[in-house]
Amino acid sequence: MNKKKLRGYREFLYVLPFIILVLIFAYYPLYGWRYAFYDYKPPKTLSECAFTGLKWFHYMIDNDTKRKQLFQVLLNTFGISGLSMLFSWFPMMFAVFLNEIKCKPYQKFVQTVTTLPNFISWVLVYSIAFCVFNSTGVVNTLLQDAGLIDKPVMFLQSSEHVWFKMWLWLTWKNAGWAAIMYIAAITGIDEELIDAAKVDGANRWKTIWHITIPSILPTYFVLLFLNLANFLSNGMEQFFVFQNSFNKNYIQVLDLYVYNLAMGSGGYSLATAIGILKSVVSIVLLCVLNKVSKATRGEGFI
Amino acid sequence: MSKEPKVKAVKKKQDPVDIVMSVVTYIVYSFFAFVCVYPFYYIFINTISNNDLSARGKVTFIPIDIHFTNYVNVSNIPSLMDAFRISVSRTVIGTILTVFASAFLGYMFTKETMWHRKLWYRLVVATMYFNAGIIPFFITMKNIGLYNSFWVYILPTVVSPFYIVLCKTFVESVPAELTDAAMLDGAGTIKTFTAVIIPVIKPILATVAIFSAVAQWNSFQDTLLLVSDTKLFTLQFTLYQYINQASSLKALVNSSTSAASLAASLAHAATATSIRMTVTIVVVFPILLVYPIFQRYFVKGIMIGAVKG
Repeated sequence: MNKKKLRGYREFLYVLPFIILVLIFAYYPLYGWRYAFYDYKPPKTLSECAFTGLKWFHYMIDNDTKRKQLFQVLLNTFGISGLSMLFSWFPMMFAVFLNEIKCKPYQKFVQTVTTLPNFISWVLVYSIAFCVFNSTGVVNTLLQDAGLIDKPVMFLQSSEHVWFKMWLWLTWKNAGWAAIMYIAAITGIDEELIDAAKVDGANRWKTIWHITIPSILPTYFVLLFLNLANFLSNGMEQFFVFQNSFNKNYIQVLDLYVYNLAMGSGGYSLATAIGILKSVVSIVLLCVLNKVSKATRGEGFI
Repeated sequence: MSKEPKVKAVKKKQDPVDIVMSVVTYIVYSFFAFVCVYPFYYIFINTISNNDLSARGKVTFIPIDIHFTNYVNVSNIPSLMDAFRISVSRTVIGTILTVFASAFLGYMFTKETMWHRKLWYRLVVATMYFNAGIIPFFITMKNIGLYNSFWVYILPTVVSPFYIVLCKTFVESVPAELTDAAMLDGAGTIKTFTAVIIPVIKPILATVAIFSAVAQWNSFQDTLLLVSDTKLFTLQFTLYQYINQASSLKALVNSSTSAASLAASLAHAATATSIRMTVTIVVVFPILLVYPIFQRYFVKGIMIGAVKG
């Protein structure tokens, strides 16, 4: 018996270095939340800074400019997340109709090519956007040659349709990849079901509507719930690389705002406070959605 | 569903709805494919075309006056070569450590004899669902002295819960007789891991390796947040800088090249556009290179992930 216990300790010692890494890089930063309760000004150490209690949490609501800024930031976050939610059926339909292509090499080609953008970084996406859409880029050249415009259009340096453009880039990058999950689900559909429908005289459209889509709907809902849980977390990379003085008002989502606030204007404490609120709301959202999922579909997603 | 006789169903192969649908799908998907491929093609042909024409936006579908001076010019920018070395190092070291940690922890967490196994496993997996936020992370890294250190690229990603779950699932599917036999032969935990487990779970390790290599290569935010030492800038970060300040770079390239090439025609002299595009191709090339190999593995990876949720 003692030998077994000894073995248990030894096995623990093997994983201990990794546990320490997790503690340092995932748990210890949580202790950094205390910066939200101080007036932290970087060259100073925290002990030299004044303890301010909940000042920053009040400040973001009481201060007029901050409240307006935060409201716009929330609007952007909801707008961009809402757009992806609204079009969340797109990867599913992309997979459904891709599956209808009977020429397999072509199908494979489309799948390969549309998945590729998922594996390049946002910096590269921005670089590509810049090359294609700047004033001497191919889009402006072709539009001018066709006589549709006289002067180059500033696609990237503009404050118009920012949410929609961000959604387009996100879709360009992710749709092919997101479709893979559905393609796998479609492959899993029982062939007999489809054959039976054909015998019953269903055309392709009817087979899609009555068999393919209902079969992959559970996958859709799992992904929809996951997306909903990430509603507040758009990430900052995409918006950071695309931001400029023209679109700044409409592109700042929560994650980017927190970054800009701290790194741009030194508001570390306020940024941390906003970050905390975001984290707490996200965790609550995740738990609630998991409960809802359990209640409606009989299983959670975490 | 309509209940028509069988005979009619067989004839329905040529249903007009089906034909229209086929045509429309082919057109739409060709458009999608074009939209995804053309930007890469466009940038590439511009890097090998007449720089003067390219800068004025005259190269759109076919390369003009093919030359490779741009690639030579770019390889002469010292900071870019440093960035290339940093990116390759972090990708190689980061991937090796992440793969090892994922395999090892995936294996160890199947050991029911481990002291408080469930607690440690949950502690690791829980980190998938929360993070402290970038500012507390930034301040913490500064406090523990990882700011402006190469290791800030590596250490935070070594233990990745998702990969560990993938590996653990795979290890659990390995028949117990296999490991028991090794143990009976006197192999210890480590020996069993290296001699029995690793060879068996190779397919999933390939998936993990490829995913973490791409993530390391593409990583941008950690440099932005935690590195100000130009010697440690990655290729992604350098590219980001170049996009915004390619004109000052142009001066640098043109002044560093010899008098002979200065006399060279306008067609080969570096322009802001040529540098930006050439660096873009340099950064994207490794991804294009591994992508075909990659493709075989990621579908498998995503499926196992999906099953696990």
